[in-house]
Amino acid sequence: MITAALLAALATACALGAWRFTTARWTSRAPRVAIILWQSLGVAWGLATTGAMLAYAVQPYGAGVLAGLHAFANGETPREPWDLMHVLAMIAGLTALTVLVVVLLTAGVQALRARRRHRLLLALISHDDPGVPGVRVLDHPSAAAYCVPGLRSQVVVSEGTIRLLSQDELHAVLAHEAAHVRERHDLVLLPFAALRRALPWSKVVRDAQDQVELLVEMAADDRARRYCSPRRLATALLRFGTAGAMPTPHGMIGLHARAHTVMARVDRLVKPGPELSRRIRYGSIALSVTLLTATPFLWVIQL
Amino acid sequence: MVVKGLGELERSIMDILWAETNPLTAREVGRLIADRDLAPTTVMTVLDRLTRKGFLKRTRDGRAWRYEPAESRDAYIAELMLEALDLTGDRSAALTRFAQAVSGTEAEILRRALTELEDE
Repeated sequence: MITAALLAALATACALGAWRFTTARWTSRAPRVAIILWQSLGVAWGLATTGAMLAYAVQPYGAGVLAGLHAFANGETPREPWDLMHVLAMIAGLTALTVLVVVLLTAGVQALRARRRHRLLLALISHDDPGVPGVRVLDHPSAAAYCVPGLRSQVVVSEGTIRLLSQDELHAVLAHEAAHVRERHDLVLLPFAALRRALPWSKVVRDAQDQVELLVEMAADDRARRYCSPRRLATALLRFGTAGAMPTPHGMIGLHARAHTVMARVDRLVKPGPELSRRIRYGSIALSVTLLTATPFLWVIQL
Repeated sequence: MVVKGLGELERSIMDILWAETNPLTAREVGRLIADRDLAPTTVMTVLDRLTRKGFLKRTRDGRAWRYEPAESRDAYIAELMLEALDLTGDRSAALTRFAQAVSGTEAEILRRALTELEDE
């Protein structure tokens, strides 16, 4: 009972923490620390929510979550007889766990498929440009610069981008994309995109995804500024933002960036804020480590 | 046009078919490829591969197949650009992007910031 209560408390704390964290102001000063905290909150929330239901469900076995589930799977008879509440908790817990796992796997498979098709098409229609070695160029007047992640990631820019930006700005954009490739930001984004699909009505999940997307861009900006002028990266961002959107076949259904997210990135490139205080930095890391160890621990032991 | 490798060959064949208005047979495609040493079976293999990937459509013409692109080159470029700009509406995490355009009135804020940065 204690395990189930602790897990339930942890799940609630994670949900409340995530809700509070969506409005935290320090995150743009240390995007990587914030990303780690978001990931830990996500993992801990998932494990705690499902774990709380399952811990209650396997109570008749008098063992921990994992041991109890193992006994249940082997068809062992519990020490105490099943009652309705425990059966319902078992159904709810197993369903929630399955949904989470399936949603994650589906998102992964879909991303891989979309990338595969994208790569095949790129091989047929993109071309090289001696001005930007190692980068695939698309014949299109709109501005786009992106990366197709994978074991052999590809950076792609459109003709429109090359025309829009100066040489230095283009260099800055490529440094930014190289940072995405190097830090495999696609893997950071994937679970949040998956969770968004699983819980489309949840405002916290939506805000979390928006936050993580922005933080990943900021992390890439931070790495890029080591290799290029931050000012040029900022002007490149502003030029992209004002370049005019591309019309879509179904009208403007696309999700357009808001000016304030672009400005948030520009501001910190032009006027970097003070370093994040040690208290918050180490506090966040300690919190992440605690979350990531406490939940699996509660799955294994029986209190 | 000297052709190297299978990927390069796929590109050249698509380019040839995109440039034509009518569907072509494998023999006709082979004639249009500059590399004269190419075995006819190689052209057939590549046409078959591209058909299986869904980039070509083929129709029977007597004993031969006639091939044509499933979509125009511009349609494929548009498809990639929509994904690149995250305008497909499904917001998957398949790609990582540099930045997106801001619409209408909000763009004005950015335009002003850009002027300021350029003036300094």
